[in-house]
Amino acid sequence: MAVHTRVLTENEIDLKEIVAGVVARALKAGATAAEAAAHESSEFSTVVRMGEVETLKEAGSRGLGLRVLSGNSAASTYSSDFSDEGIERLVKGALELARITSADPFAGLPDPSELGIVPGDLQIYSADVYALPPEERIDHARRAESASLSSDPRFKNSDGGSFEASSGRKVFANSLGFLGERRTSRCSIYAAPIAQAENGLMQRDYWYSAARSFARLDTPEAIGREAARRTLRRLGARKIASTKVPVVLDPMVSGSILDNVSDAVNGDAVYRQSSFLAGKLGQRIAGENVTVIDDGTLPAGFGTTPFDGEGVPTRRTVVIEKGILMSYLLNCYTARKLGMQTTGNAARGLAGNPGIGSGNFFLQKGDKAPEQIIAGIKQGLYITDFLGFGVNLVTGDFSRGATGLWIENGELTYPVEEITVAGNLREMLSNISEIGNDLEFRGATAAPTIRIDGMTIAGE
Amino acid sequence: MTENQTLFFQKFGITHQDLQRYLSEALSAGGDYADVYFEYLTSTGISVDESIVKSASQSVSAGCGIRVLAGERTGYAYTDDLAPEKIMRAARTAALIARGPAQQPVQGFKESNGHTLYQVSSHSVDADIASKLELVIRADRAARAFDPKIVQVRGSYADELRQILVVGSDGTFATDTQPLARFSVVCIAKSEESSGKGTAGGGGRVGMDYFLTEKTPEAFAKEAARQAIIQLDAREAPAGEMEVVLGPGWPGILLHEAIGHGLEADFNRKGTSAFSGLIGKRVASEKCTIVDNGTLPSRRGSINVDDEGSPTKNTVLIENGILKGYLSDKLSSKLMGLPDTGNGRRESYEHIPMPRMTNTYMLSGNDAPEDIIRSVKRGVYAVNFGGGQVDITNGKFVFSASEAYLVENGQITAPLKNCSLVGNGPDALTKVSMVGNDLQLDEGVGTCGKDGQSVPVGVGIPTIKLDSMTVGGTAR
Repeated sequence: MAVHTRVLTENEIDLKEIVAGVVARALKAGATAAEAAAHESSEFSTVVRMGEVETLKEAGSRGLGLRVLSGNSAASTYSSDFSDEGIERLVKGALELARITSADPFAGLPDPSELGIVPGDLQIYSADVYALPPEERIDHARRAESASLSSDPRFKNSDGGSFEASSGRKVFANSLGFLGERRTSRCSIYAAPIAQAENGLMQRDYWYSAARSFARLDTPEAIGREAARRTLRRLGARKIASTKVPVVLDPMVSGSILDNVSDAVNGDAVYRQSSFLAGKLGQRIAGENVTVIDDGTLPAGFGTTPFDGEGVPTRRTVVIEKGILMSYLLNCYTARKLGMQTTGNAARGLAGNPGIGSGNFFLQKGDKAPEQIIAGIKQGLYITDFLGFGVNLVTGDFSRGATGLWIENGELTYPVEEITVAGNLREMLSNISEIGNDLEFRGATAAPTIRIDGMTIAGE
Repeated sequence: MTENQTLFFQKFGITHQDLQRYLSEALSAGGDYADVYFEYLTSTGISVDESIVKSASQSVSAGCGIRVLAGERTGYAYTDDLAPEKIMRAARTAALIARGPAQQPVQGFKESNGHTLYQVSSHSVDADIASKLELVIRADRAARAFDPKIVQVRGSYADELRQILVVGSDGTFATDTQPLARFSVVCIAKSEESSGKGTAGGGGRVGMDYFLTEKTPEAFAKEAARQAIIQLDAREAPAGEMEVVLGPGWPGILLHEAIGHGLEADFNRKGTSAFSGLIGKRVASEKCTIVDNGTLPSRRGSINVDDEGSPTKNTVLIENGILKGYLSDKLSSKLMGLPDTGNGRRESYEHIPMPRMTNTYMLSGNDAPEDIIRSVKRGVYAVNFGGGQVDITNGKFVFSASEAYLVENGQITAPLKNCSLVGNGPDALTKVSMVGNDLQLDEGVGTCGKDGQSVPVGVGIPTIKLDSMTVGGTAR
C-alpha cells in the first residue's frame, strides 16, 4: 500500500531498545523502580475554506518520559532529546528530583501479577489513514465544505472543511520487566458552514466523522449535509423566558454529561473528596434505567488501548449498574489509597505521576427512538450545544450556556439561544427519565439522546 | 550576541547562512513570505497533595517550525530534530503550499527592537528545587491552618523558560527569553451538610523570587481556603435577567470572551465574527474603553516580541464605547491592509501563529465601587470566575462565576452557588451603566484556548455594573 507520510518509520530508531535502556540506566543510577515511555507521532492536516486551501500542515514529533521511584519517593522527567547525552540528563534529573519528594507509602509500580496486555487485534491502527495522496486529502476537505455550502443559498460564508490524519507509536517499559508497544491511527473529516439570516445575523455549526481507519469514515458529502442541517436549524434563534421544563439532550451534548460522570468517578477526585460521588459506592445514584460502562477494549474505539499507563491491561468495568454506583475508575495508586484493585485506567502524561483516564465510557442505550422521546413532551427544550465550563464536581452544581430548539406539543419548533440550563448532577442523574436507542461512538465518551426532568432554564 | 543567539547558534550550531538557506528552501516554490521559528523550552513542576510532595518533574523540549504564506494559504511543517537536513526537509514540506517561481528572501537580517518587560532569570528554572518545594509546603500549611473545615489542599508550582528565535524572509530577526511562573492552590471544605471548593493562584513573567516577596504562598492559600469556606453556606443562585456587578480583576474574563475573541483579525478578515464590519460603530456604553496591552512589565500575557518577531503594542479596541481596532498578526495585517499589532502568537513550534490576545482590560471610570453595589436593587455581585467560552460567529458568550453574592436593596446579602452568566458580545457592554475607579489586573493565572492552541493571557477590569444580564441559577 502506498503510504505517503513516512515519518514513523523514517527514523528507524528502535523505541523498545531505547525505553528498556532508559529503565536499566535508571536502576543502575540508583532508582528502586522505574518506568519509561517513548512516543513517536506524525500528523497531517489541511483546511479548505471557500473552496481554497487555507492551511496545509505536516510534521512528526517524539518524546521520552521517565518516572523513577527512590524507595517510596517518585519524580519524573521528559525530553524530546533522544541522544545519549539527552538520556543521561533525563535519568540524572529524575533521580535528583526523587531525592526531595516525599516518601509516600502508596506510591509504586503495579503488582507484577497485574501487568499484561489485552491480546488480539484491537483495530486501533490502520495504515490507510495516510493512503490518500495529498491532493485527494485536500479534495475530501473541499467536498465536505462544498456539500454544505451548496445545499442552501443562506450559506454565505464558512469556517472551512478539513481533513486530518495522524498516527503514533508508544512504547512503555518498567523495571518489573513489562515491555509493551501500541500503534494508533486516526483520521477525520470536518465541515463548519456559516449561514446568514435575513436580518444579517450569522450562525455556525459543524459536523465531522472520525475513525481509526479511513475506510470507516463517512463520505465528505454526508458530513457536509449534516453540518448544513445543524447550522440552518439555528437561524433566527431567540431568547426565551426563564422556565422549568423537561430537556432533551442531543447525543453531542449528552456525551458531555457522561464526561462529568467520568470525572466524578475518577479515583483521584474520589480520594481527594473532590467528587460528589465520593463515598457513594454501592449506593443508588441514578435511576434503574441508567447503566454506565467503561471499556478500554472495544475494537476500533477511540478509548481503546491494550495496556494502560502503568502496563496493566485495560478491561470492561461496569461503573453504574441500574442506577447503583458499582466502581470507580482507578490506577494502582488510587486503588491502594482506597483499598481497592486497579481498573486498568492509569493515564500517563508527558511528566508527572500516572493520572486516570477513562477508556470508551458510555451510557447504555435504551429502546426509544429520539423522535419518540421528543414526541412525548408537551413543552420542553431540545439542547444541541452547551457553552462554558460551569460544572462543579465537588458539589455537582451544574450551570451552562445552551443552544437548542423549543419543543411544543411533541414537535421541534423555533431555535433558542443565549440561555442557561442549570441543576445539580446528583439530581440530573436521578432525573434521566428517557434514554434513546441512538448510541454512537463519535469519541471515547458517548451517550444516546436522553431526557432530563426538573432543570431550570434561565433566559429573559 | 544575546543569550538566545548564543543558545541557538552555539548549542545547536545554527548559523546565519543556515537561516538564509532554510528561508530560500521555504520559498523555493514561490510564496509571499516565509519564517522559521526556533524554540527551546525547559520547565519544572512540583505539587503538594495531602501535605506531602508526591511528584516533581522537569521537561526539556526543542524544535523548529517553518511557515510559508502564499496569499491566504499557509503551509507549515515542524521538526523536533534540529539537524540541518531535518530542517531543510521541513522547509521543503512547508513550501508545497505555493505554486510558482522560487522567491528569494531578503539578504541580511535586521534585529527587531522588542521591549524588555521582564527580568530574565535563566537561573530560576534551575534554581534549587528544594526552595520551590518549600513554597508548596507553605501553601499547604497555611490553607489547613485557615479553618478546620478545610479537608483537602493541593498546591502546585510550575515555571518555564522559553527561548525563541524567529527569522523571516523580509529580514525579520528576533529573539526573546520568556520566563513564566505560576502558583496555584485548590482547597476543599466540608461541613456536615455541604462541600465547597476554592481556587486561587497567580504569577507572571517572573521567577521564583516573586513568590517570596510579592505574593506569598500563604496569600494564595488563604484566598483559596476562604472561597471554599464561603461555598459551604452558598444558596441557589437566581435565574433570569437582572442587574449584575462584576468585581475588579479576574472578572475581566468578560472582556476576553465578550469582546476580545470577536476582535481577533482572522475572524474579521474572513467575515465570520459577530463583530465583522462594526469598526466605528457603538458596541459598548460610552463609559467603556478597552485595550489589549502586551507591553505591561512582568504580566503573564506580556511578551517582548510576538511569535512572529514583531514587538507587542498597546492596542485600543474600544474607545468610549466605539469599536476602534482589531488584533492582528502578519498574515491578517498584510491581507487587510491593517497595522500589525504584534498579536501573532502560537503555543509552540508545532503550531501555526494566529492573532491572540495578550492582556485585555477596561480602563478605570469614575464611580466608587461602594456606590456601584449600593445602586443595585436586586442582582448578583460576582467577584471570581472559572472559565468562559464564546461562539465567535453569533457572539454568544458564557462565563462561570465561582464566587458570587446576592445583592438586595444595595446590600450584599448571601453567597451564591456556582452559576454561569450569558450574554451577546456586540451588545452586552452597551448595558454597562457604571464603571469603578478601581481597575485591577488579574493575579496571573489565565490560559486562553483557540483552535486547540493554549497561550498565557491576562485580563483586568474595574468594578462595573451591567444593568441587565442573564444569570443562570436555579432559584427565582
